[in-house]
Amino acid sequence: MSGLSRHIETLSALLLAVIWISPLVFAFWAAFHTTSDAVSFDLTAPWTLDNFRIAWAGAPWLQYFLNTFLLVTIILIGQFIVTTLAGFAFAQVRFPGRDVVFILVLMQLFILPEVLIVENYVMVSRLGLFDTLLGVGMPYMASAFGIFLMRQAFKGVPIELHEAARVEGCGWFGILWRVYVPLARPTYLAYALVSVSTHWNNFLWPLIVTNSPDTRPLTVGLSIFAAPENGVDISVISAATMMSVAPLLIAFLVFQRQFVQAFLRAGIK
Amino acid sequence: MANNVNIEYRRQAIYGWLLLSPAAILLTAFAFYPSIATFWTSLFSRGTRRRPSEFVGGENYSDLFADPTFWKVVTNNLIYAGATIPISIAIALGMALWANSKIPARGFVRTAYFTPTVLPMIAAANLWLFFYTPGLGVLDQIGSLFGLPSVNWLGQPETALWAVIIVTIWKEAGFFMIFYLAALQTIPEDLKEAADIEGASRFTYTRRIVLPLLMPTTLFIMVNALINSVKLIDHLFILTKGGPNDASKLILYYIWEMAFAFFDAPQAAAMTILVLVVLGVVAGIKFTILDKRTHYQ
Repeated sequence: MSGLSRHIETLSALLLAVIWISPLVFAFWAAFHTTSDAVSFDLTAPWTLDNFRIAWAGAPWLQYFLNTFLLVTIILIGQFIVTTLAGFAFAQVRFPGRDVVFILVLMQLFILPEVLIVENYVMVSRLGLFDTLLGVGMPYMASAFGIFLMRQAFKGVPIELHEAARVEGCGWFGILWRVYVPLARPTYLAYALVSVSTHWNNFLWPLIVTNSPDTRPLTVGLSIFAAPENGVDISVISAATMMSVAPLLIAFLVFQRQFVQAFLRAGIK
Repeated sequence: MANNVNIEYRRQAIYGWLLLSPAAILLTAFAFYPSIATFWTSLFSRGTRRRPSEFVGGENYSDLFADPTFWKVVTNNLIYAGATIPISIAIALGMALWANSKIPARGFVRTAYFTPTVLPMIAAANLWLFFYTPGLGVLDQIGSLFGLPSVNWLGQPETALWAVIIVTIWKEAGFFMIFYLAALQTIPEDLKEAADIEGASRFTYTRRIVLPLLMPTTLFIMVNALINSVKLIDHLFILTKGGPNDASKLILYYIWEMAFAFFDAPQAAAMTILVLVVLGVVAGIKFTILDKRTHYQ
């Protein structure tokens, strides 16, 4: 193995890494400089927080943050309840029609909520949930992916523990709550991370279902703020963008290992 | 005795369906019923105040097939899929091989590759806007160093779709890398040792041993990438809005536009059904052929 090709490889890997984060780095740079300094790439230019001040005053960000936070929480709680019950049924209860229903559930992996926007919009309006956070969250709660993940996790629980709990007099709910849920904790954590980052970043469906600043999540707020019609300059847009990605980005950098593990666990079926 | 078994059987059935009911209700309300309703809507004409909607059979579909914009959008989406799927998979594979080898600054490299995955598509589009803006943007400034003229990447039909494609690849390659990385770590060390003893070069080892072992992962990623090529359209809202002249418009964006900008629900429904049929075929292939082939994993 020649040292030269090794060096070339290392260099290419690093070069690709630099290219890959450069959009983020440039936005970071632009966010802290005036527009003219930002585009001239003068490294000695003074840093400023004005862009953040202008951006912050330009939209109800606090409300948007709160909405996104609540939305993600509502979806996560809903998903935990629904997928736990369904995953348990598919993994440990024998009932007629189970396999057929399971195939129907798997089909939802391909009937994307994103594609059904028109009829889902009609459905949400009919339920009186238009422009509510619950309306944004509902279509995602019975996630086929989550049900599948929970089923796999519950299948791995030794049947002896189940039997032992039953001998001790636990009902099915007690067994689920005291035996299965605690043992599946890593899966819950993985699923939570994937779910939170997915829905923190989701855009199209919230755009359709929300119609006021009281319900709008960050992504929709950001897209309205940065719309070309509003004529805000690139530095202010960069500041707003950095602001809205900061929580998730910082969380990612701090818990990087867990994050990657979570995606891995969620990915390998 | 037989009676007891029967009662137990029935009790399990009731438990099973009770446990399943929340999921069943939600899936029915937001996946199955809407699919059927979409099909139903696609068979009726668009109702106006003067003329209520009436049954027209396949007319919405034939209208769609006669609509040049529809074919433009389909072509765009095929190019979008045809470019983003292989390129992002190839880059992901390269990233994974590098991130798994013993190179200096491996932690930084991994983080850099994966970071775009945690950003919202909308934010990613804003970041890239700074690259693409004519005159001020990073790309133009780099170009001007070499004396190249300013290019309006997002504003001209020849480049707009490709500008969108690049953002998608940037966003998903790091995500796919993770799956390859996971698969690479399951390859036993002895294979590498055996290859070394046999005197195989690293290139041969990668090509003849690593790549075949990664095949199931590649298929899995491919299905995901295919779904993404339908789903990932958020950046269009920021970068091009499908323009100029529909040059960068993709199917899902067109569905959204039909339904929520032109208020033509039947046309949007017909298009949705076509997308669902394509996704259904993909699902069929995945569950029958691919899953059988990858059982040795």
